[in-house]
Amino acid sequence: MQKVGIGVSVPRKESQDKVTGLAIYNTDYLSPKLLYAWLVTSLYAHAEIKSIDTSEAFKVVGVQAVITGDSYHLLCGPVIEDHPPLAKEKVRYFGEPLAVVIANSEAVAKEAAGKVKVEYNPLPVVNSLASALKEGAPLVHENVAFYKQVKPNEIFSKAGTNIAQHVKIRKGDLPEGWRQSEVIVESNFSLPQSNHIAMEPRNAIAEIKADGQVIIHASTQAPFDVRKILCRCFNLADTQVIVNTPLVGGGFGGKTNVQLEIIAYLASQAVHGRAVKLIESREQDMTSSPGHLGLEARVKIGATRDGTMKALEITLEVDVGAYVDSGSQMTRAMAADCTGPYHIDHVWCDAYGVYTNHTYVTAFRGFGRLSYVFAIERTMDKLAFALGIDPLELRLKNALKSEDTTPTMVRLNKSSIGNLPACLTKIKSMMNWQEGVRRETGSNKVVAKGISCLWKTSSSPPDATSGAIITINEDGTLNLNVGTVEIGSGSKTSLAQILAEKLSMDVNKIHVVMDVNTGISPSHWKTVASMTNFMVGNAVLDAAEDLVEQLRSIASIVLRCPPEVLEVGGGKVYLKEDPEIYIEINEIGNGYEYPEGNSIGGQVIGRGSFIMHHLVHMDKDTGKGKLGPAWTVGAQAVEVEFDTQNYTYKILKAATVIDAGKVLNPKGARGTITGGMCMGLGYGSRESCLYGEGGERKNPQLRTYHLMRFGENPTYLVDFVETPLIVAPYGLRGIAEHGIIGIPAALANALTTAAQVELNQTPLTPETIWQAKRGKLDDSL
Amino acid sequence: MVNLVKMDLIELAVNGEKRLVMARPADTLLHVLREQLGLTGSKPSCKNGDCGACTVLIDGQPIKSCLMLAVEALGHEITTIEGLKDSPIQRAFIDKFAFQCGYCTSGFIMNCHALSVIHPDAGDETIREWLQSNLCRCTGYEEITEAIKSVLAQEPKENNG
Repeated sequence: MQKVGIGVSVPRKESQDKVTGLAIYNTDYLSPKLLYAWLVTSLYAHAEIKSIDTSEAFKVVGVQAVITGDSYHLLCGPVIEDHPPLAKEKVRYFGEPLAVVIANSEAVAKEAAGKVKVEYNPLPVVNSLASALKEGAPLVHENVAFYKQVKPNEIFSKAGTNIAQHVKIRKGDLPEGWRQSEVIVESNFSLPQSNHIAMEPRNAIAEIKADGQVIIHASTQAPFDVRKILCRCFNLADTQVIVNTPLVGGGFGGKTNVQLEIIAYLASQAVHGRAVKLIESREQDMTSSPGHLGLEARVKIGATRDGTMKALEITLEVDVGAYVDSGSQMTRAMAADCTGPYHIDHVWCDAYGVYTNHTYVTAFRGFGRLSYVFAIERTMDKLAFALGIDPLELRLKNALKSEDTTPTMVRLNKSSIGNLPACLTKIKSMMNWQEGVRRETGSNKVVAKGISCLWKTSSSPPDATSGAIITINEDGTLNLNVGTVEIGSGSKTSLAQILAEKLSMDVNKIHVVMDVNTGISPSHWKTVASMTNFMVGNAVLDAAEDLVEQLRSIASIVLRCPPEVLEVGGGKVYLKEDPEIYIEINEIGNGYEYPEGNSIGGQVIGRGSFIMHHLVHMDKDTGKGKLGPAWTVGAQAVEVEFDTQNYTYKILKAATVIDAGKVLNPKGARGTITGGMCMGLGYGSRESCLYGEGGERKNPQLRTYHLMRFGENPTYLVDFVETPLIVAPYGLRGIAEHGIIGIPAALANALTTAAQVELNQTPLTPETIWQAKRGKLDDSL
Repeated sequence: MVNLVKMDLIELAVNGEKRLVMARPADTLLHVLREQLGLTGSKPSCKNGDCGACTVLIDGQPIKSCLMLAVEALGHEITTIEGLKDSPIQRAFIDKFAFQCGYCTSGFIMNCHALSVIHPDAGDETIREWLQSNLCRCTGYEEITEAIKSVLAQEPKENNG
């Protein structure tokens, strides 16, 4: 028997489809019955809508309907319902959808959309966090107090201001912390909004059948959430909505948001339920649909002379854009982990989610950690410099360990926190840290290194659930059906590996149901937060146990022995004491027939489920609470070659060591980490949403918004530490997001060391380094 | 004034077959391949020539099919990912784990395949120059590098990278 389970680099189950062009994504859903929708989007960031004239659009042959926001009394949103799916009365960001044309072809819909005439009355634009928080600032939302709060335990907005969320952490006694501190450092940071750029642009199809059944096909990370939100917005019953999700062409958090599904539903309604397909152009995907948050941060850290951290005061101002979506949740998540993975007794954090007239934001790989980690880790380097301590040693000295408490007062143990010191020790030798962090290599070139730590918990709802169903085929292979979507993380394959390991089976004998259909698939919270292998993995193990119990029960009759003496493995049920006495599972998986014809059993269906336990909402006044079952910790480093004359640089190496608990699929895990690192290098070095003076988006295209391209990537060094998380399948920890989290900070630390000037913002282009070097006011030669 | 509803019947040579399609003058090759022939392996992503997800081969040369009109493809041999069967680069992409979500994969494979045919002895600089026309948001390009190198000549003549 060939056993292929945990710790083996199993190629992803959908490999053949993905290299032959046969893999089907939602964009590939074609049918002659489809109508096509095209969005009409706002040209202003903040303006009253005086009128929308659709008459010329209607004249284009092939147009079926044109809908505008003023026809609906509808507010949606996952946390607070502040968001009309189509702008009504006023627009709040450049690119905001305000009308939709539905036509026989995309070309016609697009042409007609160009003929919709919108008259605006421009309003003062809230174009930055500073202007949003100024006394008497124009309000992005005038009626925050009247919005329905879907999750009242999780949002604390301030009426009459642009503050949509305020999260407080009050741990210890801050004045006492300052008294104990001998060295205090402070810095301010600024990180812009950015885009997800999943290669498959966001898209959705909606159809409403005559009996009211709503069929959605969506490129989403959250099919069950799409169902939940559609039901809430339109007063539908759960059973009335079915959401189908095939392979998803990347998400990175951007497809957790429910937006196009709602608009496609409205579009279908307008054409008597016919199926309507809505695909965003790349430009719309980058402006009309949500991006990644922007952040301004102020950090003050106090420590004793030997480098023991005593106090932290941190203010986080999060640019959530025009609507809250999950911006409030990310604000909360950042505050909850605000210290970085360091033990500090006295912590104050005020985290504000702030409305602006920028594109709204949603989950992005790391759920906000990438941004605040930049602020903390840059300040750590500043502290190390002030103390004259090596930056890696300072981190090692303060790393969180068993018995320490987090900012939200969770007491840690070895299982929940893992082993950051081991990660730091490994990265130290991988990066040749002892040779020094800066060396001049001749002809104006400097090679410098920077380091960062990371940690992240799940920030999931306390009642997040997952399910799994296993059935047995006539040939003895298994079918595994789960509600997680395959967005590229390889989760379906990892889950098959977990099941293979549990049942001592060849993973090739486990078929996974690739697509998700909310009417058939066991439900799963969302494919997010690096939690799939943990949550669904636990459900799979539960289902496997259920399956084993049933198989032993039937086999005990056939083999004439008590079930307790039987074991299941390798596709057989066998006697523990004598494995030569066995029955193949395919003989009993769908009923067992005795030679004379009598039959027993019936179809064996393994059912499993999982629900989070002992998570606690954060206290409004102190932040005390528990947002996830455990943390994943890690250390990251970057080495750059910097030109001291023209401030260009080359990224030579990037390293990551993560405590993965248990590595399920080594090659897959490495790819997940290096992919995150590459994205982090892109964010640190070039990516940002540029807004003009009127809040209009300046770079909504891949020609002007640059991503890392082939060959610009450095040499990657990746290694793992394995400290088991005892409540997880085989001890694993989530690692899917983490590759990105510390990389922008490590890059900035390396460049700060290289350029010998504090670099406290991104993107770090030669120009921004030059500006920092010369002082902001002197920006002309 | 352009008559937008005017369609022409044209014959395209796709993956070794003659196929009749109806195309508007403004229809891109990408659109016609997908919507009329069901060849959805070529992906729409930026439709602006910036990402390469729609790359196909025209007479063996990689072309972004979002930048080419269907009528421009008349008289040329078009190869899409569906026309590539069990090629070394497809196997290499699986062996090296060179994709995650897979949405950019068809375009990358077509470009890599053409590179391996046209410049079987390409060195690092040539590989870089060719593959910079495609974007991948999931991987860090490490595995794609390994995949293309594994199908190129073992001893590159060009050694400038």
